[in-house]
Amino acid sequence: MLKTRIMPTLLYKDFELVKGVGFDSWRCIGSLLQAIRVYEMREVDELIFLDIISTLEDRKPDFELVDDFADECFMPLTVGGGIRNIDDVKRLLDVGADKISINTQAVYSPDLIYDVAKKFGSQCVVVSIDVKKQDRGAYEVYTHSGTKPAGIDPVYMAKRSEDLGAGEILLTSIDSDGTMSGYDIELTKQVCAEVSIPVIASGGAGSYEHMFEALDRGKASAVAAASIFHFTHQTPIEAKIYLRTKGVPVRL
Amino acid sequence: MKKVAIVNYGMGNLDSVCRAVEECGEEPVITNDPGEIKTADLIIIPGVGAFKEGVANIKKANLDVVIKEQIFSKKVPLLGICLGMQLLATKGYEDGETNGLGWIEGEVVRFKSFSSSVRIPHVGWNEVHFVSSSPLFEGLTSGKDFYFVHSYYFVCKRKKNELAKTPYCNEFASVIGQDNIFGVQFHPEKSQKAGFKILRNFLAL
Repeated sequence: MLKTRIMPTLLYKDFELVKGVGFDSWRCIGSLLQAIRVYEMREVDELIFLDIISTLEDRKPDFELVDDFADECFMPLTVGGGIRNIDDVKRLLDVGADKISINTQAVYSPDLIYDVAKKFGSQCVVVSIDVKKQDRGAYEVYTHSGTKPAGIDPVYMAKRSEDLGAGEILLTSIDSDGTMSGYDIELTKQVCAEVSIPVIASGGAGSYEHMFEALDRGKASAVAAASIFHFTHQTPIEAKIYLRTKGVPVRL
Repeated sequence: MKKVAIVNYGMGNLDSVCRAVEECGEEPVITNDPGEIKTADLIIIPGVGAFKEGVANIKKANLDVVIKEQIFSKKVPLLGICLGMQLLATKGYEDGETNGLGWIEGEVVRFKSFSSSVRIPHVGWNEVHFVSSSPLFEGLTSGKDFYFVHSYYFVCKRKKNELAKTPYCNEFASVIGQDNIFGVQFHPEKSQKAGFKILRNFLAL
């Protein structure tokens, strides 16, 4: 049986491991390399590695940095941030990324999804969708590390990405991010109901129960989390032990 | 130390495979040079990518001819990983019908989901159940989890080429083999301890 993945997310900015709240008030929380080594030792299911600054500063992904970290990593690695074209994708795959995550360009150059899927296969294209709830309750997609509204509905965005060849959706609630108050279940549910590719719920995990909710009620295929692992004593392995008691298939 | 040629045909994840072979204590060389491939003790075809493009790239560089000579005449062990395994097939259907390398008879077809909870691609850790004995499985328990990420799978023409199976959309062949030619659908280089064990077993051939 396919196991449900618990995926720690590592966000970085100029070599530093960072974490914010609501995609804002970023603070440095330590060494990237150390975090990677700890997760490697703990044999986590998969790592998500996102550069939060390169798109904002109009830079390319830091291939050398990814190369260095991928060398430490004998586990699946999804890399995102600053990807603009197929050459960036090829270089990231070459240095050790297993999947690449496209966010801003998935909105502004959706053909990139198609091109990457055609060349490298759908399975390596993760489309990352960052979502904020508007005053009137509607959801809206944001790009550029959550700073720019795109005027697109996340369900439409997810479906379009699937049609273009995306293999997975990383769905992050900007409102819940860093709050540790639980995933946005409604958002997760809406997107999962409309696509047939796996959806990774992200943003808001503060407890193992939150993870179970995202999987059980939200219908997510996997959960990503950062703050809960950075700032509390809770660990991916304990999360899986808990989820197993709830009947979720996990790898232990 | 054994020399391991990791075939570079322009299709991703070379570095991870290379690092893993290094960790196993052998000498990997990422190459598209026929001379290097000819002097290698073992050959690995890695790969993240689409079938059509993969076959085109490998044939364009004439690498198929060189590898074929090594594995059939000189019996050099070959391991295809993920797309590298799929390319061994007679035919693939990703991005249109395309002839594969045809070294293990079979076809590569897309998963068909029969329920909304079974999503395609098949991404994550899943069990590998041995259906026959193989030197690759030495010291491993059947049913361990390995990391998969793919939408297409290999359908062997002959049952005897199926070495292990994995339950997804019913079940599919996750390890195939014929004499000195092997293919694994999962990524041993990303499957931590169990993955390294399989890799070490291959490198010991």
